[in-house]
Amino acid sequence: MCMSTEANFFNEMLQSQGGTREPYQAYAQWLDGEDPKQLLKKLTEAESFFRRTGITFNVYGQSEATERLIPFDIIPRIISAREWSSLSRGIEQRVRAINAFLHDIYHRQEIIRAGRIPADLIAHNEAFEPRMIGFTPPGGVYTHIVGTDLVCTGEGEFYVLEDNARTPSGVSYMLENRETMLQMFPELFTRNRVRRVSDYPDRLRQSLSACAPPACEGKPVIAVLTPGIYNSAYYEHSYLADQMGAELVEGHDLRVHEGRVAMRTTRGFKPIDVLYRRVDDNYLDPLSFEPSSTLGIPGIMDVYRAGGITIANAPGTGIADDKAIYSYIPDIVEFYTGEKPILNNVPTYRCSEPDSLAFVLDHLDELVVKEVHGSGGYGMLVGPAASKRELAKFRQKLKARPGAYIAQPTLALSTVPIMTKQGLAPRHVDLRPYVLVSGQGIHIVPGGLTRVALKKGSLVVNSSQGGGTKDTWVLED
Amino acid sequence: MLGKTAGGLFWMFRYLERSENIARLLEAGFRMALTRAASSDEEWASLLTTSGVRNAFFERHEEITSAAVIDFLLRDKTNPSSVLNMMDAARSNARLVRTALTREVWEAVNESWMALNDALKHAVRERELPAVLGEIRRQSSLVRGTLHGTMLRNEVFDFSRLGTFVERADNTARILDVKYYVLLPSTASVGGSLDNVQWETILRSVSAHRSYHWLNEGDVSAASIADFLILDRRLPRSLAFCYAEISSNLNYLEREYGEELACHRQSRQIAEQLRSVRIEDVFAMGLHEFLEGFIRDNAALGSQIETDYRFYG
Repeated sequence: MCMSTEANFFNEMLQSQGGTREPYQAYAQWLDGEDPKQLLKKLTEAESFFRRTGITFNVYGQSEATERLIPFDIIPRIISAREWSSLSRGIEQRVRAINAFLHDIYHRQEIIRAGRIPADLIAHNEAFEPRMIGFTPPGGVYTHIVGTDLVCTGEGEFYVLEDNARTPSGVSYMLENRETMLQMFPELFTRNRVRRVSDYPDRLRQSLSACAPPACEGKPVIAVLTPGIYNSAYYEHSYLADQMGAELVEGHDLRVHEGRVAMRTTRGFKPIDVLYRRVDDNYLDPLSFEPSSTLGIPGIMDVYRAGGITIANAPGTGIADDKAIYSYIPDIVEFYTGEKPILNNVPTYRCSEPDSLAFVLDHLDELVVKEVHGSGGYGMLVGPAASKRELAKFRQKLKARPGAYIAQPTLALSTVPIMTKQGLAPRHVDLRPYVLVSGQGIHIVPGGLTRVALKKGSLVVNSSQGGGTKDTWVLED
Repeated sequence: MLGKTAGGLFWMFRYLERSENIARLLEAGFRMALTRAASSDEEWASLLTTSGVRNAFFERHEEITSAAVIDFLLRDKTNPSSVLNMMDAARSNARLVRTALTREVWEAVNESWMALNDALKHAVRERELPAVLGEIRRQSSLVRGTLHGTMLRNEVFDFSRLGTFVERADNTARILDVKYYVLLPSTASVGGSLDNVQWETILRSVSAHRSYHWLNEGDVSAASIADFLILDRRLPRSLAFCYAEISSNLNYLEREYGEELACHRQSRQIAEQLRSVRIEDVFAMGLHEFLEGFIRDNAALGSQIETDYRFYG
């Protein structure tokens, strides 16, 4: 099978001088023996499999009937054992530092006293949660689940794009993508020794159980809190609850009852020990945060502070993955671990600083500009792909609220081939591995979610912006 | 389990049962219309009454035509009990209670929803009606099959089955009530025998046409048809059968929870009446009055279950 390669970008499968990169060799050999027409058929098969199982996501701002599939590509993204071991060491170091940072920020703020980060970065940050001051969550864990977004730009060159320390999503796609591949191409898994990801729900359960609050008696009762069936990630919430054997609850199923957060069951109220919440901080407790919220539980913060429940992730963790904090993460890693960061940060211009702003305005067409509090690829500018009008519009926005933006150089994201009607074609990818943190340690799932920009040349991989996903293989040593 | 989940299951299976029964009713009505064209309007009208959507229909339509009734019952979004709306509601509930269902049951509901949305994408022409109705019944069997084949026999199963049988008892009683005059002794005595086509329709609406003949070897009487549909515990759509099932599911919950609640006492009363009453007594008190009373009691039991098991808080 032949494929065009674009010389400017690192192709993770094919080398520019011809030949296949090492982790892909067994796979490429198999691929050579396959009929492309049959493979294309498999693509349709995969789609109907996803529809049947109901693996859909709802699109914001559209009618409730709009359920979309995230397109799935059948060519796996393959990572060698060596690459993975260095990646996972880097992720672990970063996640450990983030938890230490969160504890410090809500206690003595040594890092500010040491002058390593500016005080108003924290004090004036919406993501800073005053109700967490002086409180240590059960087991000292703030970020029970982290989804670190990474991109690759060359052999062994990985950059962290975002740390996602609030409520990272997408792990159900990682699991279902693997399930789909196992069903469609079982023979591939005898030819390649791929590390398994399927024990993620069990590990998540163990990890959450290990963070049970002081009030817990016996086996911890775990529940997943969802905003409801119209939320874009509802499928994932129900999937994880189902796989963990936990209850899936909404705010109106819960109330504070005899000093605990309890769910309304057919037998009366039953206390919950660990709440894996998939709603934002602001909606968690109408008494403490957003008064109009119907998604949360009035009084849960009081119960939390009294040791009656564990909230995962802890409220206020957003201060660690805030885009304004991002550029300080290398300092944060050094400060708390005493080590050099293993993973690279993308060079970042803080538009709040006048020099940086001037540079960004001058080089807007080369840069990616992100809103400090945005997510999902909304409100973001990809300079090289933007029209003159879009650039002009964004320039105004930047001048009006410079502090709301950061800018980064456009990275030459690596590509992995996808299957198209015209054969294999390289497309840009990112990678989100999932990290579980408990008092007993940090576990990184060998794999993760590979998102792929399906449009030729596009660098935006978000599912809300036409991105797809791939199964991600980490090979055994 | 969560009260919300119990409620979601209960209603999910009520919706599924209702959509299946609407298909059955339509099948019987359609057959009737084919065999006696002259009075077919009346038949279509009685379908609307049985499904309890007569008023809703006349808000949308001036007059009764077969095409309008078929479309209203199968596809109309303004008809709360149309098959499409029932399937939407059932699937939406299935998503809500996804964690209580096996993967097979969830996939069956999801596939049924996809298949019926596809089959009912356009107005159904008379020619296609039998195939479409067959599809609705098949999809319904598929869900039932996965439920029986894969679900644990625990409270999840009980709340699901309670929904099915409360709904089914209601539907069978309504079918009989709309047609009760056909079975009155006075009507029968006027013509000497029952109107053949009319009672056939009743039996077909509950899929009991063949079994009735098999059991009665060709003898047809008003009393024996009413007896069959109300009191015969062998017929899976009879009132007595539904209440035997309701009792058994409620008994399980009572034992499991170690608590007797109002709904248990209510269901025992209804079941006891169905066990002890003879069909002669039913006719003596008035078939219509009996059925009306039953429909009321059955609805009251439904809401008592909702209260006792904290479906809504």
